[in-house]
Amino acid sequence: MKQKSKTFGRFDMIVYFLKGSTRFFVISVLSSFLLSILQMITPRIVSVTVDSIIGNRPPEYPKIVSMLGGTQFLRENIWVIALISAAVGIVTTAFRYLSSFYNSKGAESLIKNIRDLLFKKVLHLPLAWHMENRTGDIIQRCTTDTETIRSFIADQLTRLLNILILIAVSLFCVFSIHARLALLTLLTIPIVVSYSYIFYKRSSKLFTECDESEGVLSSIAQENLTGSRVVKAFGQEAYEKEKFEKQNDDYTSKWMHLCRLLAVYWGTTDFVAGAQIMLVLVLGTVACINGSLTPGNLISFISYNTMLIWPVRQLGRMISDMSKAGVAVDRIRYIMNSREELDTGAKKAFSAGDIEFKNVSFSYGSCKVLDNISFKLKRGQVLGIVGATGSGKTTIMLLLTRLCTAQSGTITINGTDINDIELGELRKNIGTVMQEPFLFSGTLAENIAITEKEPDPEKIKAVSAVACLEKTVEGFKEKYETIVGERGITLSGGQKQRTAIARMLMLNSPVMVLDDSLSAVDTETDSKIRANLSDSFGGATVFLISHRLTSLMKADTVIVLSDGKITESGSPDSLLEQNGQFAEIYRMQMTLPEELKQIQHVKSDTEVKITDEK
Amino acid sequence: MKNNKTAKTKYRFFGIPLLFPYLKPYTPNLLRLLIFAALGGICEIIFPLFQQYAINNFVYGVETISAIAGQLTKFTVIYLITLIAYSVFNVISAYAACEIELYTARDLKNAAFSHLQSLSASYYNNHNVGYIHARVMSDTGRISVVLSWVFIDLMWCITYVVGALISMFMLNAKLAICVAVIVPIAVFISTFFKNKLTDIYHKVREANSVVTGKLNEGITGAKTAKSLVIEDIMQEKFEKSSHNMMKTSVRMAHWRSLYASVFSLISSTAFALVLWRGGIITLNGVMLVGTLSVFLSYVIDLIDRLNNLVGTISNLINSQVNIERFTQLMNTETEVRDTPEVTKRYGGIFNQKRENWEPLHGDIEFDNVTFCYPDGNENVLENFSLKIPQGTNCAIVGETGAGKSTLVNLVCRFFEPTSGRVLIDGKDVRERSLSWLHSNIGYVLQSPHLFTGSIRENLLYGNPNATEEQMINAVKSVSAEGIIERMNGYDANVGEGGDLLSTGEKQLLSFARALICDPRIFILDEATSSIDTITEQKIQNAITVAMQGRTSLVIAHRLSTIRQADIILVVKDGKIIERGTHEQLIEDHGYYFELYLRQFKDEAAKQSLS
Repeated sequence: MKQKSKTFGRFDMIVYFLKGSTRFFVISVLSSFLLSILQMITPRIVSVTVDSIIGNRPPEYPKIVSMLGGTQFLRENIWVIALISAAVGIVTTAFRYLSSFYNSKGAESLIKNIRDLLFKKVLHLPLAWHMENRTGDIIQRCTTDTETIRSFIADQLTRLLNILILIAVSLFCVFSIHARLALLTLLTIPIVVSYSYIFYKRSSKLFTECDESEGVLSSIAQENLTGSRVVKAFGQEAYEKEKFEKQNDDYTSKWMHLCRLLAVYWGTTDFVAGAQIMLVLVLGTVACINGSLTPGNLISFISYNTMLIWPVRQLGRMISDMSKAGVAVDRIRYIMNSREELDTGAKKAFSAGDIEFKNVSFSYGSCKVLDNISFKLKRGQVLGIVGATGSGKTTIMLLLTRLCTAQSGTITINGTDINDIELGELRKNIGTVMQEPFLFSGTLAENIAITEKEPDPEKIKAVSAVACLEKTVEGFKEKYETIVGERGITLSGGQKQRTAIARMLMLNSPVMVLDDSLSAVDTETDSKIRANLSDSFGGATVFLISHRLTSLMKADTVIVLSDGKITESGSPDSLLEQNGQFAEIYRMQMTLPEELKQIQHVKSDTEVKITDEK
Repeated sequence: MKNNKTAKTKYRFFGIPLLFPYLKPYTPNLLRLLIFAALGGICEIIFPLFQQYAINNFVYGVETISAIAGQLTKFTVIYLITLIAYSVFNVISAYAACEIELYTARDLKNAAFSHLQSLSASYYNNHNVGYIHARVMSDTGRISVVLSWVFIDLMWCITYVVGALISMFMLNAKLAICVAVIVPIAVFISTFFKNKLTDIYHKVREANSVVTGKLNEGITGAKTAKSLVIEDIMQEKFEKSSHNMMKTSVRMAHWRSLYASVFSLISSTAFALVLWRGGIITLNGVMLVGTLSVFLSYVIDLIDRLNNLVGTISNLINSQVNIERFTQLMNTETEVRDTPEVTKRYGGIFNQKRENWEPLHGDIEFDNVTFCYPDGNENVLENFSLKIPQGTNCAIVGETGAGKSTLVNLVCRFFEPTSGRVLIDGKDVRERSLSWLHSNIGYVLQSPHLFTGSIRENLLYGNPNATEEQMINAVKSVSAEGIIERMNGYDANVGEGGDLLSTGEKQLLSFARALICDPRIFILDEATSSIDTITEQKIQNAITVAMQGRTSLVIAHRLSTIRQADIILVVKDGKIIERGTHEQLIEDHGYYFELYLRQFKDEAAKQSLS
């Protein structure tokens, strides 16, 4: 796969997202252009009716009127005019549908596009990125900010275009009727638009303050509910109530202040719009008396003027709201411009073989996690790793699967540097199970066979048997179709671990890493699983990380990690002989505490063999 | 279940009457809203009449302007006055709506919040925080919108529809009948579409929650997805649900667009109808041109308003859910509550009568207690009796989820026994107030909860009257000075929910917080698994300090920490199966012995490696 290291600018990114949905928006805008023109016809019909059918003036569109049979015919058959008006209505309706539907369709396919692209991007971002960014924040970017961009394009940008078209078309109409009167219409537009623009721009700070105050109120409630036990335990209900009510008052008074302004704003715009309509009526009447305007044209002029005034009132607010989208665009750009997991471009296939760590070091930030680690593991052998929390055990797994990249040193499998192996290929061949495995929502079968497109139920059963999961599953009513996770049953830690092992086994990988992944399973099942593993997957190279030394006694090699360094390594027996840390832990685990010594029948559980086959 | 009872309550008039108590203080505002909304609606009916007047009286039959100059001026002045009045009415009714919306929202939120404070722990156990939070914040918001803007819209639209119809009948009854015929058709069609849209809207919401769920999973499970190399499979699945959501949304768009279009079709049909019938009437000289133009503008506005009206009513119907949820919350009765006599003597939670409170010494006794959780169907305690004398250290052990918290819940009176009594200093806990009990118990939780604010505010949370010295001493005794130093003093902010501190630090501070209250009973829900060894040692020391001279109940996860306890209770599957000292329990070779052995090995490894 080629690495796309493209960085998006604001504009580029929107264009990129718009791929596939542009045509819908184009259809929508074109339809709304036609819609605007069609809407202009009805007032013309009314004016001809009033002036030439009801009145006696020569018709404004003589050709059309004579085509319809002349004024006299129409006078006797006024239904023809009504029918034409209704027909125009039907055509208008069709375009109204097209304009509205395609705008929404464009919006939906746009948001789908953004959603899918973001999801894909997030999946391919490196683990380090996921650790640096809070889940809640990423989700918010993928949902709320995406929604903002959608509404910017589908509600604001296209609506703006539609409104501008409508204004242009109706201005054209009013000017063609009576230019001087039309100037009055034209003049009000900048006044109303700039008034509302300035109002919303100015009050945007107040809107933000209200939102912030609400945020505080909301988090007070949130904290109170999360900490309800603390509140009760300290008997601080009254204090909490007071705190909430105080903030609630603050929030309410902030909004009240804004409402006062809003009410005045609404009142004044109502007045300005109304006054303009009034002036058109009065001056139009005067023009009629002067003879420069016919009554029918006055009526249609008023209709055009009314059509125009409402969109004009919206315009100012829309323009001032549009600036908000910029923030959302930047927040999404942050994700889209993050670097994806490095693939060095090398496409070597994975071939199983000896695994070697050579002078590998890794630091997380300024903290050294692995310090010059070297070891070699023969194909088919089992490597046991012991170490305290934070000693770097898990990091070995992360480096081996290239979830993290070592700062220095090399890791080779069958002599090939893992950086030269295709990433997916590498990971598929190294099956890993983590200590706290993550299960996806869905059925048990879906979880176990998540790596397969067409899962084979027999195989699912087989791997479950190896992971000692079979009996547990048989205990469920729905067997393998039992839903796990939020909507289904909650599995215990041990059940989760065993499910994760079964899931890993589906991959049939030649290399397996079990990262403390039997910690929640009792010792008997632990040894049984290990025995099953060596029976069914005996040829695999295994990394076994565990606290229980009994689990490691049959490993070919054991390394002891301490503060990122290997302090001891060798076969378990030789380590016991060395009488170092390993031996000490072993003794502590095997020897009973003083107080228990007198008790005779403590079961020993050292008899488990994992590597017997070899 | 108790909920069934409330669910059966009939919600008449969309549940609005249930909200009357919250609306009552704002009756003047409501009256203002209704009256001025109606007046505004009337003004809107009047405006087209000006047009009619101008066309009928000035445009036709007048030769020169001078002939009507005086009349035209008068006309303009009256128009202007009406316009001003209209604008003022709008301001007044809109402002009244704002007031009602904001004030009722505030009152509803306050009511919900303080009611929640009085609810018992079981309510919090059964409902997740997000659910309760939505009841307080969003449902109340939606309800207050109904009480204000929905009222205004209803008043406005009804006034306009009725008024315009009357006005039309007065202008020309025959033509008015033509228009009136359209009204039921428009309402019927609008209702049909609104129902259809509500249905699809629910489907869109469902599809949306599936997509959000998948998104969430993709992000939280990123590590797993990578190591299993299932990015493509996940992407495919995501795109499938994403596509499904798009399909549903596009279907919604189709219906919405169809709705708007059909409505505009009704509007233009009605318009054509008026043009036809009205044209004939005008041609016959029965009606003037100005009147025809008024009819034409009335008919378009009327249909628009009918549409609004249906929309408003459907809004009202949809908000019924919010009203139901809110009233359900308010009707939820707390399961643990002081009797009126106790409240009279000791005060309630919002008005404590501390002067009547007796000192608490710390003798705890379970007297023949049987207990079953409200949502459970099995007794977790049966005829359980236990004496924990003042100053005793009592530990409760068992596996995660075994039910170790039950005893603590009973001592704290988060729950009350099904039968039997819990005695504090020889007296049934129910004989004294909840506040009295709680202010004498120091409670340190497994997951320490700090509030947004300064360290000082958090430390003094339980005892705002503590002196500076008491505070500093408490911090010293749990060896938390380091935290204060690192954060630069007591006034440093701890971040949202204590975000700026580590779990261990939060735990130490919550110990200090409990110590400042100087409680006689200490309850610890100990959790040290995710804490480094040095902090762990500090916390162990803090526990020892905290418990000196006090009765303590410790829920222990690590058995090595409670070997010295005076009594150990062993819990399995929600029941206490063993009790005794460490030595006795080991000797018994029972479940405790098994647990102890299992933990011992893991601990040994950890100990020798660190």
